[in-house]
Amino acid sequence: MWPEGRDRGDVLRVIDPQALGRLIQLLADDGYEVVGPSMRDNAIVYDRLAGVADLPIGWGDEHGPGHYRLRQRDDQALFGYVVGPHSWKKYLFPPRETLVRVLRRDDGGFDTQPGEPEPPRRAFIGVRPCELAAIGIQDRVFLEQAVRDRAYEARREGVFLVAVNCAEPGGTCFCASMGTGPRTESGFDLALTEVIEGDIHVLVIEAGSEAGEAMLQRLDHREAGEAECTAAERVWREAPERMGRVMPGDAREVLGKALEHPRWEQTAERCLSCANCTLVCPTCFCAQMEELPDLEGKTSERVRHWDSCFNGEHSYMIGGPHRSTVAARYRQWLTHKLSTWHDQFGSSGCVGCGRCITWCPVGIDITEEVAAIRATGPGKAGGQGA
Amino acid sequence: MSVSVAEMSVHEPMAPVPWRILEVRREVADGEVFTWRLRPESGDAPEARPGQFNMLYLFGVGEVAISVSAMGEDGSLVHTIRAVGSVTRTMQGLKAGDVVGVRGPFGSAWPVAEAEGRDLVLAAGGIGLAPLRPVIHGVLARREAFGRVLICYGARSPRDLIFRDELAQWQARDDLDVRVTVDRGTADWRGDVGVVTQLIDRGGFDGRNAVAMVCGPEVMMRFSALSLHRRGVAPQRTFVSMERSMRCALGFCGHCQIGPHFVCRDGPVFPYPVMEPAFRVHEL
Amino acid sequence: MNELLEILKGQTFFQGLGEQHVRLLTAGASLRTFRADETLFREHEEATAFYLVRSGRVALESRLPGRRAETFMTLGPGEVLGWSWLMPPYRWHYSARALDETHTVHFDAPVLHDCMDRDPVLGYALYQRFAALIVQRLQAARLQAMDIYGGGDVGLGG
Repeated sequence: MWPEGRDRGDVLRVIDPQALGRLIQLLADDGYEVVGPSMRDNAIVYDRLAGVADLPIGWGDEHGPGHYRLRQRDDQALFGYVVGPHSWKKYLFPPRETLVRVLRRDDGGFDTQPGEPEPPRRAFIGVRPCELAAIGIQDRVFLEQAVRDRAYEARREGVFLVAVNCAEPGGTCFCASMGTGPRTESGFDLALTEVIEGDIHVLVIEAGSEAGEAMLQRLDHREAGEAECTAAERVWREAPERMGRVMPGDAREVLGKALEHPRWEQTAERCLSCANCTLVCPTCFCAQMEELPDLEGKTSERVRHWDSCFNGEHSYMIGGPHRSTVAARYRQWLTHKLSTWHDQFGSSGCVGCGRCITWCPVGIDITEEVAAIRATGPGKAGGQGA
Repeated sequence: MSVSVAEMSVHEPMAPVPWRILEVRREVADGEVFTWRLRPESGDAPEARPGQFNMLYLFGVGEVAISVSAMGEDGSLVHTIRAVGSVTRTMQGLKAGDVVGVRGPFGSAWPVAEAEGRDLVLAAGGIGLAPLRPVIHGVLARREAFGRVLICYGARSPRDLIFRDELAQWQARDDLDVRVTVDRGTADWRGDVGVVTQLIDRGGFDGRNAVAMVCGPEVMMRFSALSLHRRGVAPQRTFVSMERSMRCALGFCGHCQIGPHFVCRDGPVFPYPVMEPAFRVHEL
Repeated sequence: MNELLEILKGQTFFQGLGEQHVRLLTAGASLRTFRADETLFREHEEATAFYLVRSGRVALESRLPGRRAETFMTLGPGEVLGWSWLMPPYRWHYSARALDETHTVHFDAPVLHDCMDRDPVLGYALYQRFAALIVQRLQAARLQAMDIYGGGDVGLGG
C-alpha cells in the first residue's frame, strides 16, 4: 500500500486517453484478465476488455427512478457515464459458484474437492469510488469475520484495481452524502480522472500502491500543464455539488427506531418484491445453497448462488416464510442496508451508487424513503429498534 | 486435484466432513423424532458446548442445522432430529453405519456457569428439550454447584414426549423438580394437562436469584419469558434459543438475521432482552 | 380458624389483601380433602364454591354428548379452581376430579357474596384477582388450541 502522508499537492501526472490502451495491453501481458465497462444490449456492463475501443467511448447515461438510458455525448469521453446494472461483485462473488464437490465412495463415505479451478487474476478498469467502497464493504463481510470465505478470497487476492473518479455524478447518485465519493483517496492501484475542457482531453493518473506506481512508470506519462491542473481541480471541486440525491446523515438512527412505522406498508403497495435492487446492489451478499447431485449419484456439488431477502424462500422455515409480507421484506432490506449493517460490520451497507433507484421498476427511492420516515418520526409510540 | 479431508475442512469451511452414525434411536412411537449418535470417520468429535449446533449434510439432498442434544461417551456427539422437511425426512431412513457430513459446531452456548450458585429453571417446549438436555447432563454432573433445579417440559400430547426413559429417571430424583405437561391428554394420561407456562406459574423457585433457559416454539418462549418475569426472574438472566433458516452457519449467506444479529454466529442462544424486539415486532 | 388464616396468608393468590379481608375470607372457608379420582363437582351443577389447591392435582374435564370426558387442563398446588360462582347462571361449566389425593381450601360462594356485598372493597379486590385468573386461563387455553408444537417451529431440530 502507498505510504502515509503522500502530499496531495504533489505534481499531477497525466496520460493521453489512448494510453489507456497501452495500460490494458501491459496488464494482459502481465497475465491479468482485464475487465471493465463495455456497451451491450443498450447498457454499460462489465466485460472483458481487449483494448480501448471496447470502452463505450462517447457514450453517457441517464439515471432516474426506474429510468436508465444511454445517450450519445458530444465528446469522446472514455468514462462519461457512471454505473450500469453490473457491479464488480459479479467477479468477486459470482452469481453462481460451486464451493465444494463431493465424491461418494464405495464404502458409503465421501471425499470432498474444491468446487472450481483457481480463478484467473483480474484487473478491474474503471472502478468508481462508490464501487471501491462497496468492494471494501464486501471484504469486511467475507474476509473479516471469524472464518474467511475461501471462494471470495481466491477471487479477491491479487486484483489490480484501476479506479475512475466521477466528473459527472448521475441522476440517482448520492455518494457524497454516504462519504464514498465522487473522488477516491485510497484502496486502488491506479486512479484516473478524465478531464475534458475545451481542447484539453487527458486522464489524470494517480498511483495508490507500489504496484500501481510501477505500472504507471511503464506508461507514457507527463506532468500536467497549468491549464490541465486547473481543469482537473475544477472537476474535483464541482463533482460533489452535482449529486442527484442526498441521503439523510442520520439514516441509521431514524430506521433503527422505525420498525413499526406505517411507511413500510405504504411502500409495500408499490414494491413488486422483484429483487432487482438486491441484484444490482454492489454490497448485497445474501446467498442460497443448493445441492446438485449428478444423475448417477456418484458426485454432488454444493453450489452457492445469489439470493434476495425479497424472495419468499429467503426466510423460509418449516411452516412457511418467516417474512411473509412485502412490507416485512422491504423493511428487512432497508433497515439492514442502512442501519443494522453498522452493528454487524462497522459501516453503512450503502455506498450511494443509486442503482437500486435506477433499476427499481416502480422507481422506489431509498433516499426518499428515509426522508419520509424521518419527517414523521417513529410513527408509533415507543417503537424501538432491535 | 484431490485434497485430504482434513485439509479440505481447514481450507474450505463449507466442505462437510464425513462422520459415521453409530446408533439410531426412535424417540417417539411413529419415529418422527429420532436420535443419532455420531462420530467423525477419523479422530474424535470436536468439543461442543450445550446450545451449539452442527450442519448435518446428506449427499445429494442437502444440509440442515441440528442442535447437539448430548455429548456421547467415546468422542461421539448426539443429535435429536424431527422429520419435517425434505432433508430430515430422508434422514429418517438412515441406519447405524451410514455416513453423513458434518460441519461445526457453531453458535453460542447456554450460560451454564452463570447459573452456578443460583436456582436454575429450564423451560422446554416440544423438541426444545433436545438442545437443553446437555445442560441437564452438565448440571447433574456437578449437582452441588447449583441451587434448586426446576425442569418444565411441555409437549403436544403424551405421544410426543421425547427422552421418556431419562425423564422418568430425572423425575425419580429428589434433587430435581421435574414437571411435565401436555396440551392434550389421552384417556390413560394421568399427568398434567395444560400449557407449559402453567408449570412455571406454579413457582417453587426463587425468581430473583434464578437463571432461566427457555427453548421451544417462539410463541412458547415468549409466554414462558413473561411467566418467568412475573415470578421475578431477571430478563437479563433469561436465555432463549432462536431459530432461523440456516444455510452457511458462517455469517455469509444472510439468511439467519434477526435485526442486527446472525443467529448462526451471535446465537442461537441469546439473552432475552436482546431478542425482545423479535418477539414483539411482527415478522422482524 | 387460625390455621386457615395462616394458610390463606401464605397463598400468592391472596397476596396484597389486608389482614381483615383475609379474616373475612376464612369465614366461608374450610379444608376439604379428596381421594384420587374423587369428583369435586360436575358440569352444570350449581356453582356454590371455589377451591384453592394446596397439594395434589385436579383434572378439569369437559364432556361432549357421545364422547368420553376429556381433561383439558390440570391444576396443582397454589392454583385456584372455579370462577363460575361469580356470575349467572352460577353453574359449573366443566367437571373437576382429583387425580391424586388432593387437599384444598373450599370457599363457600353464598357466604362470600354476602361479604362482598357488604364490603365492596373486598369485592373489588376479589374481582381483580379473578379477572387476572380468567385472563391467564384464557391465554393458556389459546396457546393450547394453537397447536404450537405442530408443523412449524421446530427450533434447531428439523
